[in-house]
Amino acid sequence: MTTTDQYAGPAIDVRGLHKSFGDNEVLRGIDFHVDRGEVVCVIGPSGSGKSTLLRCVNLLEEPTAGQVFIGGVELTDENVDVDAVRRRIGMVFQSFNLFPHLTVMGNLTIAQRRVLGRGKAEADRIAHDNLEKVGLADRGDAFPAQLSGGQQQRVAIARSLSMGPDLMLFDEPTSALDPELVGDVLAVMRDLAQDGMTMMVVTHEMSFAREVASRVVFMDEGRIVEEGSPEQVIGSPTHERTKTFLQRVLDPAAAHVGEVPDPGPRLRAGFDPTAAHLPSSDQPAR
Amino acid sequence: MTTATLTRRQRRRVTLAGQYTLFVIAIAFIALTADWAALRLNFARSEVARDLFPEIITTALKNTVIYTLTGFGFGAALGLLLALMRLSSVPPYRWFAKVYVEIFRGLPALIIFIFIGTGIPLAFPGAKFPPGGTTGKVAFALGLVAAAYMAETFRAGIQAVPKGQVEAARSLGMSSTRAMRSIVIPQAFRIIIPPLTNELVLLFKDSSLVFLLGVQLQEKELAKFGRDMAGSKANATPLLVAALCYLLITIPLGFLVRRLEARNAKSR
Repeated sequence: MTTTDQYAGPAIDVRGLHKSFGDNEVLRGIDFHVDRGEVVCVIGPSGSGKSTLLRCVNLLEEPTAGQVFIGGVELTDENVDVDAVRRRIGMVFQSFNLFPHLTVMGNLTIAQRRVLGRGKAEADRIAHDNLEKVGLADRGDAFPAQLSGGQQQRVAIARSLSMGPDLMLFDEPTSALDPELVGDVLAVMRDLAQDGMTMMVVTHEMSFAREVASRVVFMDEGRIVEEGSPEQVIGSPTHERTKTFLQRVLDPAAAHVGEVPDPGPRLRAGFDPTAAHLPSSDQPAR
Repeated sequence: MTTATLTRRQRRRVTLAGQYTLFVIAIAFIALTADWAALRLNFARSEVARDLFPEIITTALKNTVIYTLTGFGFGAALGLLLALMRLSSVPPYRWFAKVYVEIFRGLPALIIFIFIGTGIPLAFPGAKFPPGGTTGKVAFALGLVAAAYMAETFRAGIQAVPKGQVEAARSLGMSSTRAMRSIVIPQAFRIIIPPLTNELVLLFKDSSLVFLLGVQLQEKELAKFGRDMAGSKANATPLLVAALCYLLITIPLGFLVRRLEARNAKSR
């Protein structure tokens, strides 16, 4: 059998992926890859299938057809231990999904101990290191409900990092946050990218994509329409649909006079990376 | 200035006064017409009550508590199993759990106890089933009934845990069993502690049915003890004392449920 600890091939390799929910075909043949050390941002209007694509990468959604390879191991192969592969893939959700019955430290250590079999001392040390990395070293004893959204999301990132993943998936990590809390989370993600982490990020943060991404992928209606460097895709898009989308995102005021009504989520373009790099300035939400 | 029309506040006062008067009259009527002397003679004879102690506590109440707790333990285990079957992806498991719950919730506990009391010895003659003597048999019967109700409570609790919790756990490499054990069930448990405590109160009262399984002198619980003593003393006082013993347990439990519910409401 294939061993999962040997890391070969691209971090993510998706071939001919289709996904339907009933009659609704959300992904219509996706070929997509992320190389090691790459930060790939996936952008596109809501309903374009970008979140579904991301969720297919760690098999939270079962593809209808096609293959997913993680580091050369085929995740869609029935004989592959999916749990073992998932251990190497960090996942950050739009809604944080911290475990509310555990403290921050509990959130960061439970999988280390139960899945990786690490001892308490080792798990605690790793958890603490990662909390420090996201600027929340002093909140280890807090429960998630006592933290602001921005803090919760940074804890969620630290929780994934504690498993020592080879790559990280981000599913609209800032879409559920109050605008003033977005910057801290993006700052943590940018640090992560600078450390060389392989990342796939579904996002509406165009300035983040422009600054951090090594590649930007634009999706629409279940297909990849355009991909390339941020300068190409965001700076000078070639496809009409990409242009329309970016126009609406980068200049929301103009969208009102535009011809296509877009029900998309809050789209933010005004992220100032220098101002944002001030962790834990946000207050608890309640 | 008109006197015929009342303000809204005046109207409310008149209505409330009317209600209250009716209430007082009804209570007074019952209190004045009842034959209190006869009642006291039959239900509240202190010399009869004195004879009940200490057995009513050391044997009867103790047995009631033991039967209830063992029944609750067995019922909780079976109920959790049924809830997981109900949520299983294997259709026969789902069907079994559904049919079980429908049947055992739909029948009076009295009838189930009679079936078990007479059916088990017929089905397994001579066999030591269920193990544990009378306590085992009682726990089995009470547990079978309680499991049906608890299964639904567990299922609701498990389903109340957001799907994202399982997704987060699975993304961290946990197996579905591990995610259920470490993430879902602890959260579900917190949600269902109040309804589960309610179930304990119900079970406490249902334990009065164990006489249908045939119990020896030392195995009597409160209701059986009270009835037998009432028979032998030709006086209903033992029943009143037994009733007070039930309230001794159920009222604090009810209070606890309300406290837990209030705490849950606050934490959400």
